[in-house]
Amino acid sequence: MAETAVENLHVELVAADRTVWSGEAAMIIARTLDGDIGVLRGHAPTLSLLSASVVEIQVADTNQLVVVAVDGGFLSVANNRVSILAERIERAEDIEVSQARVDLEEAKRVLDSSNEAEQRVRHAEARIRAAEKVS
Amino acid sequence: MAVSLREYRARIKSTESMKKITRAMELIAASRIIKAQQRAAAAAPYARELTRAVSAVATFSNVDHPLTREQENPKRAAVLVITSDRGLAGAYSSSVLKESERLAERLREEGKEIDYFLAGRKAEAYFKFRGRPYIQSWTGFSDQPTYDKAAEIGSALIEAFLKEQDEDGDVDEVHIVYTRFRSMLTQEPTAVRLLPLEVVEGEEAPEDAELLPLYEFEPSAAQVLDGLLPQYVQSRIYFSLLQSAASELAARQKAMKSATDNAEELIKKFTRIANQARQAGITQEISEIVGGVNALADAQAAND
Repeated sequence: MAETAVENLHVELVAADRTVWSGEAAMIIARTLDGDIGVLRGHAPTLSLLSASVVEIQVADTNQLVVVAVDGGFLSVANNRVSILAERIERAEDIEVSQARVDLEEAKRVLDSSNEAEQRVRHAEARIRAAEKVS
Repeated sequence: MAVSLREYRARIKSTESMKKITRAMELIAASRIIKAQQRAAAAAPYARELTRAVSAVATFSNVDHPLTREQENPKRAAVLVITSDRGLAGAYSSSVLKESERLAERLREEGKEIDYFLAGRKAEAYFKFRGRPYIQSWTGFSDQPTYDKAAEIGSALIEAFLKEQDEDGDVDEVHIVYTRFRSMLTQEPTAVRLLPLEVVEGEEAPEDAELLPLYEFEPSAAQVLDGLLPQYVQSRIYFSLLQSAASELAARQKAMKSATDNAEELIKKFTRIANQARQAGITQEISEIVGGVNALADAQAAND
């Protein structure tokens, strides 16, 4: 594994209205509809749908970890290039845990009334998990 | 001189304050336009990646999705008209509305009925004033649209499109009329067909070095497409909203600039007339005095 330092994954983390993060990464962990997926260098080309969850990116050559909460979206991997797209992406540092908990409670309250609420509950839970991971 | 000097002075004053207002609006539009362009630039990566992903799926699976399916004999079309919320932007809103009328005529010739969806208060007012029906309207965001609004509009349009034919509220195609921002000087009202989607539209032919790889789809190609296409539609709507916002601000800046210039002209003209009136007043006074003196002198000469 002598050449590993040469080639890393190039990651684009893109929300609907801005690029949240982009750079070189060693590893990415995300959760698709089928379950968790870890992406390393040389991963087979994949296109998968994400569930509302936490995405972790291990930045290349450092111990830094970028943690974000996504509200769904998808992940595409090809030629060591990873793009993660979602309508809403938040950096864990920017999430207000107390606010997220309020959102979660509210989403839970309307859970029985609609299908969309389930998605909201998942999203709120993901935001809390992301925030707790970095704190 | 029908009007007195005082009235001219008052007119100059009011034109001056009008000029200040239009000048301020011009500057505000100019600074907002930069922000609008930045927003458009920030949204570009999402649209680009999404297009890439959609064309990847489209290339490797047999695309047959409700959103791409052409109806055999389309009867109804939805038209989304994007205008501004506020006026004082020159012909911006009216040229969009004109374009939408042209599109409507074409669609009617093809034998389709039209359901209108409106964005922006100007379009709403236009339809209300003429007593024409529309299905839904969204207002209050024309100069800084958010993705949430685009998603809201998108889901309403998709819902109407996905209904079965003959069902209430069904449409067989969806068109958008918006203003394309070419540059600060030119903005074009444009009509495009949004649904059914023409996949890989706007995508350049892949370069040889960058042929699309064989993707694995999770959970399945169909499901990935299911997730992707609605987002693709929404991102296209968001793009149109952003373009329209930038165009609106550019149009407003231009309109306000000519209003300011015009006010300047008016002030010049009024100042000239006021000066003339002043001069005329002075001349008259002098001639009155001279006339008076002469009359006195004549009277005295007669007495002597």
